[in-house]
Amino acid sequence: MTEPLLRVRDLKTYFVTEQGSGTARAVDGVSLDLFPGETLGLVGESGCGKTVTSLSILRLIPEPPGHIRPGSFIEFEGRNLLTLAPKELRAIRGNRIAMVFQEPMTSLNPVFTVGDQIAEAAIVHQGLSRNAARARAVEMLTLVGIPDPQERVDHYPHQMSGGMRQRVMIAMALVCHPKLLIADEPTTALDVTIQAQILELLDRLQRELGMAVMLITHDLGVVAGTADRVVVMYAGQVVEQAPTTTLFARPLHPYTEGLLASVPRLDTRVSQVRGRLHSIPGQVPAATAWPTGCRFHPRCPYAWDRCASEEPPLLDAPGGEAGAHTVRCWLLTEPQRRERRA
Amino acid sequence: MTPGARLVQVDGLVKHFPGARALLGLGRARRPVRAVDGVSFAIESGQTLGLVGESGCGKSTVGRSILRLIEPDAGRVTLDGVEVLALGPRELRALRRRMQIVFQDPYGSLNPRMTVYQTLAEPLAIHRLAAGPEVERRVRSLLEEVGLDPAFARAYPHELSGGQRQRVGIARALSVEPQFLVLDEPVSALDVSVQAQVLNLLAELQRKRRLTYLFIAHDLAVVKHIADHVAVMYLGKIVERASAAALYGAPRHPYTTSLLSAVPVPDPTAQRQRIVLQGDVPSPAAPPPGCPFHPRCPHPKKNDRCRTEPPALREVAPGQLAACHFAEEPM
Amino acid sequence: MSALTWLALAGAVAVALLVAEEAHRRAAASAAGRRFLRHPTATPGVFILAFFVTLATAAPLLAPYDPAFQIDIVHLQNHAPSAQNVLGTDVYSRDVWSRLVYGARISLGIGTIAMLVAVTAGAGVGAVAGYVRRWVGAVLMRGVDVGLAMPRMFVLLMAVALWEHLPLAVLVLLIGLTGWFGTSRLVRAEVLSLREREFVAAARAAGAGPTRVIFRHVLPNAAAPIIVSAALGIGNVMLLEAGLSYLGLGVPSPLPSWGSMIYDGEPFMAGAPWTSLFPGCAIALVVMALNAVGDGLRDALDPRKETA
Repeated sequence: MTEPLLRVRDLKTYFVTEQGSGTARAVDGVSLDLFPGETLGLVGESGCGKTVTSLSILRLIPEPPGHIRPGSFIEFEGRNLLTLAPKELRAIRGNRIAMVFQEPMTSLNPVFTVGDQIAEAAIVHQGLSRNAARARAVEMLTLVGIPDPQERVDHYPHQMSGGMRQRVMIAMALVCHPKLLIADEPTTALDVTIQAQILELLDRLQRELGMAVMLITHDLGVVAGTADRVVVMYAGQVVEQAPTTTLFARPLHPYTEGLLASVPRLDTRVSQVRGRLHSIPGQVPAATAWPTGCRFHPRCPYAWDRCASEEPPLLDAPGGEAGAHTVRCWLLTEPQRRERRA
Repeated sequence: MTPGARLVQVDGLVKHFPGARALLGLGRARRPVRAVDGVSFAIESGQTLGLVGESGCGKSTVGRSILRLIEPDAGRVTLDGVEVLALGPRELRALRRRMQIVFQDPYGSLNPRMTVYQTLAEPLAIHRLAAGPEVERRVRSLLEEVGLDPAFARAYPHELSGGQRQRVGIARALSVEPQFLVLDEPVSALDVSVQAQVLNLLAELQRKRRLTYLFIAHDLAVVKHIADHVAVMYLGKIVERASAAALYGAPRHPYTTSLLSAVPVPDPTAQRQRIVLQGDVPSPAAPPPGCPFHPRCPHPKKNDRCRTEPPALREVAPGQLAACHFAEEPM
Repeated sequence: MSALTWLALAGAVAVALLVAEEAHRRAAASAAGRRFLRHPTATPGVFILAFFVTLATAAPLLAPYDPAFQIDIVHLQNHAPSAQNVLGTDVYSRDVWSRLVYGARISLGIGTIAMLVAVTAGAGVGAVAGYVRRWVGAVLMRGVDVGLAMPRMFVLLMAVALWEHLPLAVLVLLIGLTGWFGTSRLVRAEVLSLREREFVAAARAAGAGPTRVIFRHVLPNAAAPIIVSAALGIGNVMLLEAGLSYLGLGVPSPLPSWGSMIYDGEPFMAGAPWTSLFPGCAIALVVMALNAVGDGLRDALDPRKETA
């Protein structure tokens, strides 16, 4: 069994809110592993903590009002990221771990050319000269499939379309051939045909460069097509974790079930589709006031009294090896309740 | 209106926006942005027409032009026999009762300084539909109808979640008892689970109140769920129009096929031959000559005719129109 | 000053403290308010303003002498501050403190009324220019450009010089009418962006006419620049009035405005500085307080700082 590239154990990131409405426990005990070369999908709706998790890994959380609680553990390539000195951390960011964000327009600096921005990482981390870095930038633009890279390297972000800018962001991230790419909703802001292009690009680059990808998204379709394993988050916690095929074939957590059932799908026949979509009643609770016991229990069709009082730990799903498919739900201890409801 | 009769008829709708002028606003106008370039369709009473397309295709402009929130440059719009574009201000205001709009952005579509009550009471006041205690009764019943606790009437928009705000937007549209509703990406900004709730609500309201919808969206899966007919737009024109079953089952235009193929499906075992279009979505300020889709078109039979001759939107199967020279031989 | 007057003064200070404290408390309760409080000078500014407004309102209680009363032209001319005249007397042996208190009424009053005129005109023109799409907006803004280029002080000087016995009310009106141009630019910018917001489109879709849209939807959301302009505008007007009075062209004698008090005391700056010093300090304090409060309000009301 290979060693994981990234190990997160019991990550807790809390934010102090102004109002005095208390602390927002955005990430509340998240543990996950990421193996070299694999794509891990981190799925959840807004407010579940997936973006904060990714920012915590790179320690990009603004220190007030946020802070990573002691007791959290993040290890990358055997080194504890949370205890690194700032200089060492900077040597990792953009170099060994890179990040791509959702909004390419705001993530690119409008007053520098794309070439300059791509070259910056090369200059900072690899000490390349300006000319060498520029040549590298052209190489990267070719790698990400931008036509006429010699010309485009001197263009500014506003001269490019959304899809192109996202490719530039990816180029910037990959300049130093990182081992891990964190992509936070990389295609959400793009049109669907462009989305397909970017996903295909990420797929190709991952194979060519042999890197691991943490893909954060709310789109289950994207995850189904690209991820090897999926982690589902709800209310600051991991609620289910499994290989992709298993998760979609046999979702065990009621939230995952509900989510899959409520997504409108293209692959069902029209006659089956008109009518009510399954929907999860209620709404995502506020991070300052997570429900007691299982955080999903107010919205869960199966909940019983144990769910309201005791928070379930991550339990192993039956069949399959330990740790392959884990679910944070008491139904695993009393599976007959699932039959009764259905 | 008898079901089956045409409630909304749009013919040759055109809207061009002036391009940026050169020379500090004093030069001659540059090429106009042809946001909507001759769009025609009809919606039968009680039905939903889905209008889909990517950004820049003009679908939002179509929706707003029908309501005359944007004044179209040419074309005809008929609502229940009334010529919408020919009305003067007073008649238009009266007609506003019969057609309403729900916007995409639940944060921007409510006045942040007005409570929910004030927002819902305003249309009632404008059209003098209720006065005194009747107003409060109506507001309560509207909130209940969209699934919100009447206590929310006192809240300000920033105190509500995205889904709740969207419900208020729907309630506001319904307050004047319209026949026709333009829904401009009403669920795009919502989370998946909330999206399902709102879609169910819209379907239920349509049944109960016998509403007619124009559902504008970019998400084909969502549209499939709610639309009876679908029209696909590209660069200001409709490239395919058909019943939902025909469009999703047997699309005739290569753009429709590519679009359907590009949508990620939540099924990891699905073996899909994904068509990935090359190049960017072009700008409506500079549409390509001939068929607007030809630079990206993956159809194997694409030829010079596509580069020079714009294809007309014609009937290629009963009830199914497509604007492609090779619509009879779909990909 | 009699004991009663001292008591009234203490009362005024107490009222001002109460107001400032209440304002501070209420501000702490909201996010916008906390942005206001981030300026350390904001709450002291509120205190100072509350104090002077109280002085102006309760002038009869706080002034031992009538401001025009010449106490003793022989012995008490330009007399230094004493127990009887806490801030001294001026060249006409009028009590400086009483004149200061009544002068607060005049100066603050002029400031407020002129500001109201300016803000109303500015908001009105700005809203129309921003909302109406056609050539109207452009023409109005060119007019505003001309107005901004105009040297305000000289126009006012001209008006006063050419108009014999200019009534105070007309002067105030003129000050207001020459000061709305900047506000109109700010309001227009705000209206331009608000006009595109979806809730405005929704109101139009519901059948609202332009009047309702402007007054119920656009202007309430454009309140921020208007309020900030108002706060800063009062200060500007007060300085302007002081300047005009200093040139002998402002508020007519014997009405005590702080500016005219400086004018009266100017020849005696060497020997009897208190006659000009105290009104000068008062102006400085109030204008600084207005600026502090205005800055705080600007941050508090800035919609970009509001989290969704």
